[in-house]
Amino acid sequence: MPAPDQSVLARRDEIAAALRAIVPGEGVITAEHELRPYESDGLTAYRQPPMLVVLPETTAQVSQVLAWCQANGVKVVPRGSGTSLSGGALPLADAVLLGMGKFKRVIEVNYEDRFAVVQPGVTNLAVTQAVEARGFYYAPDPSSQIACSIGGNVAENSGGVHCLKYGLTTNNVLGVELVLMDGEVVRLGGTHLDPAGLDLLGVVVGSEGLLGVVTEVTVRILPRPETARAVLLGFPDPELAGACVAQVIAEGIIPAGMEMMDKPAIHAAEAFVNVGYPLDVGALLIVEVDGPAAECDHLIEEVARIANENGAVTCRVSQGEAERLAFWAGRKAAFPAVGRISPDYYCMDGTIPRRRLPEVLQRMEELSQSYGLGVANVFHAGDGNLHPLILYDANVPGELHKAEEFGNDILRLCVEVGGVLTGEHGVGVEKRDLMPDMFAEADLRQQQRVKCAFDPDLLLNPGKVFPTLHRCAELGRMHVHHGEVRFPELPRF
Amino acid sequence: MHTPRDRHDLAEIIAAAAGKGETLELAGGGSKAAIGAPREASRVSLAALAGVVDYDPAELVLTVRPATPLAEVQQLVAGQGQMLAFEPWDHAPLLGADAHATIGGVVAAGVAGSRRVTAGSARDHLLGFTAISGRGESFVAGAKVVKNVTGYDLPKLMAGSWGRLGAMVELTLKVLPRPRTELTLALDGLSPAAAHAAMARALGSNAEVSAAAHLQSGLTLFRLAGFEPSVAARARHLPAILADHGRLRPLDAEEAAPAWQRAMTASGLAGAVLWRVHLQPANMPHLLAGWAGEWACDWGGGLVWLATDVQDDAVRQRAAELGGEATLIRAGDDIRARVPTFQPRTPGVMALESRVRRAFDPAGVFETARFQD
Repeated sequence: MPAPDQSVLARRDEIAAALRAIVPGEGVITAEHELRPYESDGLTAYRQPPMLVVLPETTAQVSQVLAWCQANGVKVVPRGSGTSLSGGALPLADAVLLGMGKFKRVIEVNYEDRFAVVQPGVTNLAVTQAVEARGFYYAPDPSSQIACSIGGNVAENSGGVHCLKYGLTTNNVLGVELVLMDGEVVRLGGTHLDPAGLDLLGVVVGSEGLLGVVTEVTVRILPRPETARAVLLGFPDPELAGACVAQVIAEGIIPAGMEMMDKPAIHAAEAFVNVGYPLDVGALLIVEVDGPAAECDHLIEEVARIANENGAVTCRVSQGEAERLAFWAGRKAAFPAVGRISPDYYCMDGTIPRRRLPEVLQRMEELSQSYGLGVANVFHAGDGNLHPLILYDANVPGELHKAEEFGNDILRLCVEVGGVLTGEHGVGVEKRDLMPDMFAEADLRQQQRVKCAFDPDLLLNPGKVFPTLHRCAELGRMHVHHGEVRFPELPRF
Repeated sequence: MHTPRDRHDLAEIIAAAAGKGETLELAGGGSKAAIGAPREASRVSLAALAGVVDYDPAELVLTVRPATPLAEVQQLVAGQGQMLAFEPWDHAPLLGADAHATIGGVVAAGVAGSRRVTAGSARDHLLGFTAISGRGESFVAGAKVVKNVTGYDLPKLMAGSWGRLGAMVELTLKVLPRPRTELTLALDGLSPAAAHAAMARALGSNAEVSAAAHLQSGLTLFRLAGFEPSVAARARHLPAILADHGRLRPLDAEEAAPAWQRAMTASGLAGAVLWRVHLQPANMPHLLAGWAGEWACDWGGGLVWLATDVQDDAVRQRAAELGGEATLIRAGDDIRARVPTFQPRTPGVMALESRVRRAFDPAGVFETARFQD
């Protein structure tokens, strides 16, 4: 992270007083012991208490806080529930942490036109809970959904196990109210589809809190499918499981969820929750279909047939809701289960073209041996999103560093085979320095120029996403002189 | 007219124009050239940048060059039992253009068909691209996999940007399985208000209606798509769901196809001036109350085509009052010269859009007189 600005730290009391004038009462936190809960997010290896915390309750307060900070050159880090797995909400020593936790209201639900307007601090699951009595739900379901906030979901473009069929956050958000760093409040999108003008909403979703602070979100709600069924499939090895996944999709089936676990993950999960996973297989697939009962019955039969054609050695179809949930219980407990067999684990999040899976698993195994660290794999199989869990012990000197290097090698491997650094967790601080492995300098500069259009002083969530901070004035230069055109940066194709 | 042979040529043309302070209009096939103000723009035909780069049906990913004809792309993916789920369509017949839609053109214009209401728009299916910015610089954004959050989602910005950020030279799109079967059920004789109620009921039910449209004749259409057993089950279920709204009848293909075509593409609507209004579906009946011209309605009521011979922009004010917005799709030269294509946004949003455009195109190479915003 950039070195803290001592001149800002020296003005801490003055900054606190100014923010207290905007957010009165207990909305500004400065006591050291009260700052501690904010010192990290879901990426707990990184810790840094903020300079101070401000907890506004209204859009007007957010606007005034940001405007004051901009006018006084103070950095701001926005935070929802603090569940980011990439350090998106990691505080800075010389920055204000802007917590959106008091924005907790469901403002409007419209069942006729199928949307809900909520404040950003509402949790993901609470949106579904607000509409489920009428048979609706909010589709994106990140595994942290009981805690993570909708505002954070917008910042990170969160996914979940159902996103192959139902999309990520970006495909389920209709509009936001956004406060820019200079305090200006804008509305992007709203309650109708495809608004005129540039799709600014599209670039704000997934911008990791670098472009503005979301103060209201309009999401699409969907009618709950009539029913859901799952089938548990065991294969001798991940290669056969991968072939099964490819054939399911090639035959025109987009399951609601399609999850793969490798042998270490299966054993850890079964030891933890005892749901009857087969222990003699090399890979486990959970395939869930949802929709009308007739469709589920038909598709489960088709999936079972395809699995058999691809060498499945176990095939159990859920008989009733309890069994379906049991199939998922192991998968959903995979992370804590791995936490039981290893003092610490480090969760990665790359995406690869699915056809490269066998090769990637093979090379991951080689890396595992060369680093001397175990790895367990859970995998959103339908969309190629890998979650390798690297096993390490933080109490062993150097092992955290080794785990991070191993993780970086895995992500470089994902990029090398045509994939990406992050499928759903975001870049944050975690993968920031790997961005040049995926993007050329020209690509990154273009992204940073978009940042400059929203936040020209680079005060909002600095140090995240981009490995190098270029001043906006520098990025704005055109290398054109007197009509003579040269192309020093033209890439070679 | 510039006719670059390849992306290097294109980069040189753009950089040269930027250096000289000239403007350029990017064109795929030119089928939508009649949208926007009349202008004397120097055109860049991307025609040479055509063809499929990579298509892997099992990965659900297609990479293609921008001037590849839309029809060719649709035929290619149909051959593998797949589709472009956002249902892009060719504006040439509507605008009387002697040209055909290209894949780059429909993405740049954010075109989506009847399935938009459940499957999303071009923005939801553009996974990545390579483009030449207004600096004449090649850059890449997004990726060639279906799930990715690495860096800003510039593909969202590029879709629907009408060639004002950069010239795409390669696009990667998400493709999806084509439904094995489709069935249209219809209600007759509904008013716009009754049609909205019926469409809202159907789209909010678990009968999984994939599209819903309403025509001036009173015909209200519901599309069921998917595997045969599922469509059959839902076709039995939907009449009960809509029992309070009328008697559903199945439409044969000969009746269904032109009806959907009318809702999706405004085909056959009489009137020299054609507006496309996007609004919250519940406001559709209010928009249509007192409308004297021909009209058609798609997206469950969220899209309304209004045809008229009246040469003013009263529609735009009415749409704004209803929280929606009107786009001028077809009109004579004089009205297009006076009335901007798109509904104005608030000054703050317009200023932000302008700053974002300058981030890609600092010299304004792509700012022709076409769009007056």
